[in-house]
Amino acid sequence: MSEPAKPAPRRGLSSRSDRTFEVVILALASVIVLVFLTSIWQLAKESWPALQQFGWRFFTERTWNPVNNSFGAVSMITGTLVTSLAALVISVPLAIASALFVAEYAPKWLANPVGYLIELLAAVPSVVYGLWALFVIAPILSRWEQGFFAQPDKVATYTACKNLWDQGQTTLQCFFVPSTFDGRGLALAIIILTVMILPYTASVARDVIRLVPADQREAMYALGATKWEVISRAILPYARAGIMGGVILALGRALGETLAVAMVIGDSQELLKSLFGGASTMASVIANQFGDAQERLHRSSVVTLGLSLFFLSVAVNYVARLIIARLTPKGIL
Amino acid sequence: MSAATPARANAPTRLSPARRAQNLIMGALILVATLVVVAPLVLIFIYLLREGLGAMNADFFTKVPAPEGETGGGLLNAITGSVQMLLMASVIGVLVGVSGGIFLSEYPRHPLMPSIRMLSDVLAGIPAIVMGLVAYGLIVLQFGFSGFAGALALGFLMIPIVVRTSEEVLKLVPQTVREAGLALGLPKWLVTLRIVLPAAAGGIITGIMLALARVAGEAAPLLFTAFGNPNVNLDPGKPMSALPLEIYRGATSAYDENQRLAKAGALLLISLIFVTSLLARRFSRRR
Repeated sequence: MSEPAKPAPRRGLSSRSDRTFEVVILALASVIVLVFLTSIWQLAKESWPALQQFGWRFFTERTWNPVNNSFGAVSMITGTLVTSLAALVISVPLAIASALFVAEYAPKWLANPVGYLIELLAAVPSVVYGLWALFVIAPILSRWEQGFFAQPDKVATYTACKNLWDQGQTTLQCFFVPSTFDGRGLALAIIILTVMILPYTASVARDVIRLVPADQREAMYALGATKWEVISRAILPYARAGIMGGVILALGRALGETLAVAMVIGDSQELLKSLFGGASTMASVIANQFGDAQERLHRSSVVTLGLSLFFLSVAVNYVARLIIARLTPKGIL
Repeated sequence: MSAATPARANAPTRLSPARRAQNLIMGALILVATLVVVAPLVLIFIYLLREGLGAMNADFFTKVPAPEGETGGGLLNAITGSVQMLLMASVIGVLVGVSGGIFLSEYPRHPLMPSIRMLSDVLAGIPAIVMGLVAYGLIVLQFGFSGFAGALALGFLMIPIVVRTSEEVLKLVPQTVREAGLALGLPKWLVTLRIVLPAAAGGIITGIMLALARVAGEAAPLLFTAFGNPNVNLDPGKPMSALPLEIYRGATSAYDENQRLAKAGALLLISLIFVTSLLARRFSRRR
C-alpha cells in the first residue's frame, strides 16, 4: 500500500479539518485498545481474590469443590486441552482433504457450492450444534453405552473401574469404559468440536492451496506425475506452513468454544477418567457455574478460568497470525 | 514394471499399476472426506426442518413461551430481544469497526497503526464467553442484568470482524482515486468520506452483515448479561431474551414443549443466518 509520494499541499482550511478528522477516527479506533485493556483489567480485578488465595496452586491442584471453597483448575485445563487437541487431530486430515477437493479435484460448478457449504458450516451457531448433538448424536452414544452395561462381564469391568475412579485413579482400559448412560461426555464433546472447527481449517487450507503457483503443478504434470503425486509432493509441501497457521487458528476456536461443549460434556469436575463419561472445560465451567456462583471465592475462581482462557487464546492466535503472516505471500486472513 | 505400449498415445501408459492405484485411492478418500465434512450441515438442516417447521405457526411469532409444563406459546420475547440487542450492538460495532478500518487503511504510517491492527486481530480470537464476563463486570455489577449489557458484549464481538473487512475493501479502492480527489483540492477527510468510503460501501456493508450474522447466534456472552426474560421487554435497561438464549434454555430443558420451541427457534436462527450470509455474498460479488 503506497501513499502518494508527497502529501497534497496543505491549505489553510483543509489542514485543520484534516487534523480534526484524524483525531476523531483515531479516537474511535482507539476504542479497540480500550476494549482490550478493559477486558484485562476487569478479568484481573475479579480474579484477584482467587489468585491471592491459591496463587499458582490454582493451576496445579485437582480439586474443584465449591462446598469447601477449594478450587484447582487442573481437570478443566486438562479437559480443554484434551477435547481441543483430539478435535484437531481428527479434523485436520478431513479439512485438508475437503480443501484439496474444492481446490484441485472438483469442477468449478461443484467447487463453488461445496466451498459455500463449508463456509455455512462455520456460520452455524454454537447452541445449534449443541442442540443437534444433544438430540441426535447423544442418543446414538447412549444406546451403545446401555448395550455395554447390559453385558454382565462388562459390568464387572465397570465395577473395577469405578473403584479406581473413586480413588482418583484410572487405567488405559478404564478410559474406554463408559461411566454414564446418557451419551453425554468427553467423546460427544470431541465429536461436536471436530465438526465445529473443520470449516476454519478447511477454508484456510483451501486459500493457501490456491496460492500455490501453477508452475509448480505444471512442472510435475509435465514430468508425468499423477494427480496425487502432484498434491503430495508439490502442493502440500508448499502450502504446509499456511495450513499450519490455519490449524492453530482452529485450535484457538476450539479452546474457547463454549455452549456446544457445555451442553454435551456432562459437567463433571473430576479429572479425566473416561472417554464416555462426564468432563468439563474451562469455558464450559464458566457457562455452567458463573450464574450460580454466589460465594466470592467460587465466583472469583470462575473468572480466573476466564482470565486464563483470555491469555491462552491471545497466545494461540498470536502464534497463528505470526505463522500466516510470515509464510504466505500476502496476509490472506 | 510393465512395458510401455506406445500404441495408445494419450493413455497414461507409463503409469505403474501401483501408482495408478494410489492415485485412485487417494482421490476416493478425498471425495469421501469431503462428504464427511459437508454431511453435518445437511443433517442438521434436515433435522431442524423436520422437527422445527411444524412449530413455526402464527403463535410462534406472536406469543411468548407458555409457563413450564403447559403447551403452546412462541418466541416473540426472544425475537424482539434479539432485534433490539443486535441494533444496539451494531451502533458500537459499526462505529468503532468502520473507523478502525478507515484508520488502518488511510493512515498506514501512523505510529499507532501496528498496535491497533494487532489488538484488533487479538480481539477476534477472544472467546465470546470471556466477553460476557467482561460486560458483566462493566455493566451488570453496577446496573444489573440488562439488554444493554448483552448488546455491549455483542458489539465488542462485532468490532474485529468489521475492522478487518472494511480495512480490506478500503485498500481495494485504487490509490489513483484518492490522488484524483486530492488533486482537485479536496481535503483528505472529504476524499475519505465522500469518495473512498462510498466506493467501498458494498464491501463494508457485507462485512457488517457477516458480523451481525456471526453475533446473532451467540448465546454464551448473553448468559449473564442479558440473562433472558420470559416476557417481551422493550426496555434495554431490563433483562432481555434472545433467540440463542431460548434455544439454549429449551434444548437443556426437560419439557417437550420447550424443546419444540428450541428446535423451531434454531431453524429460524440458522435460516436467518444463512440468508444473511447468502445476501452478503451476492452483494460483495456484484461489486
